Amino acid sequence: MSERAAKPEVVESALSATYWQGLREGRLLLQACGVCGALRHYPRLLCTACFSDVVTWRAASGRGHIHSWTVAHHAFHVGFRDELPYTLVTVDLEEGPRALGRWQGETPRIGMAVRARFETAPAAVELWFEQDGLAR
Amino acid sequence: MGLKDAACVTGIGETAYVRGSRKSAFELQVEASLKAINDAGIHPSDIDGVIPIGIVSGIAEDFVDNFGIRDLRYSALIPHGGASPVMALQAAATVLATGVCRHVLITFGRNVSAGSNKAGARIHNMPQFHYVTEFEHPLGNSAPAQIYAPMARRHMELYGTTVEHFGAVAVACRAHAALNDNAIMRTPITLEDHRNSRMIADPFRLLDCSLESDGGAAVVVSAADVAADGRHRRVFIAGVAVGHPDSPVSITQRPDMTSLGIAKAAPRAFAMAGVTPADIQVAEIYDCFTYAVIRQLEDLGFCKKGEGGPFVADGRLRLGGALPTNTHGGLLSQAHVWGLNHIVELVRQLRGDGGRAQVAGAELGLVTGYGDLGDGALAIMRRA
Ligand SMILES: [Zn+2]
Repeated sequence: MSERAAKPEVVESALSATYWQGLREGRLLLQACGVCGALRHYPRLLCTACFSDVVTWRAASGRGHIHSWTVAHHAFHVGFRDELPYTLVTVDLEEGPRALGRWQGETPRIGMAVRARFETAPAAVELWFEQDGLAR
Repeated sequence: MGLKDAACVTGIGETAYVRGSRKSAFELQVEASLKAINDAGIHPSDIDGVIPIGIVSGIAEDFVDNFGIRDLRYSALIPHGGASPVMALQAAATVLATGVCRHVLITFGRNVSAGSNKAGARIHNMPQFHYVTEFEHPLGNSAPAQIYAPMARRHMELYGTTVEHFGAVAVACRAHAALNDNAIMRTPITLEDHRNSRMIADPFRLLDCSLESDGGAAVVVSAADVAADGRHRRVFIAGVAVGHPDSPVSITQRPDMTSLGIAKAAPRAFAMAGVTPADIQVAEIYDCFTYAVIRQLEDLGFCKKGEGGPFVADGRLRLGGALPTNTHGGLLSQAHVWGLNHIVELVRQLRGDGGRAQVAGAELGLVTGYGDLGDGALAIMRRA
């Protein structure tokens, strides 16, 4: 296969544009309620603690722990066929919210300490995680 | 006024389940609907409530149009994926108990062989999946197998659930499908076949995943007094309830991804019916994945959280076991029509029409629905 099939394109919304701009700048931005400060992710309209729609953004450290994971052995979208098998991790960020990312490294374990990094893909910036404490 | 015993399933209908049907989803839906209406012993125009399931086939007006329904009194769209058919039983029971309707049709048809409607592609067109579509699809989290896999992985790591436990569910469903002439996968399998099937989304292997298939299924639900004049022994909806997870956002965002909406619904339905899990003689449990059966058995109260794996081992779910489950073969081996086939099968069992898969003396049974990443519903039915 010489031509690489495109991955699904990111379709941003007014609510999420700041999040995606953050990724492009190498930062994992979380919504922080402008009234009570509660953090939320993925980006949405209201704070579930106080129902305010006032939003500020806070950069997460990118550090957290593996909540769960899977390894994809079958491509349900043609854009991932050349990357099989690939691993997806769900990460409990140290700030509280949970994030999904691609995984670089040996088979993850639930509870493993991880850190974020950002990879520029043809259509968008991808959030990746790797084991924390390893040399880059 | 309550819903307990206010409504009966009076008619059931299914098309042949196949792959590569040349009929449209709506044609399949109409065929199943007419069978269910005929089975109920009524005329198509007697239907006064319609709940079409899903968004890929007919809407209520299509049935008004084709069935000559002159006075439609109720219609609803219940957008909760595979939980919708059992949720529709709750909606039907509500409008039958309150006298709004006399006969409600719940109907579904699909043709996935066309390709554009395969699971991976389909869900991204559903509005409630917008978080998955925007934030997870571009990372390669596309299809239900991938989206549900981390739940199963966490259950395995927290509770020691094993590949063999998943396999026990697959083997039981296949054994039952082997007894069913309208099941797509009828060749018996072993635990070894399960373990050796190719990995799709770790820990899900091919034989952990439900089928993609074409077909239609439908039921008619009637007010209990009206149903007394029906052709069959009455099958009452004794208890029915729905439940949603704490957050509708994608599974990655759930506080506890191993417990879902049906855990909230189960105590409500059992209390309404006045029975306990130990009373259930046959169960039809939504089996999009093997793991989903294990997790629902826990959430329903058949065993404690984390004990679902050992619970399904040793043939408990097989005919002759303590809790015969998915006696038609389920989504795993009969066909995938969003679990309407589970409702049809439970009614068949309670009428005593289960054929070679009949659970002897079955009087009380349970059916569940599960969809949209965590919405759940259950109905407890008993025969007159
Ligand atoms: Zn707030």
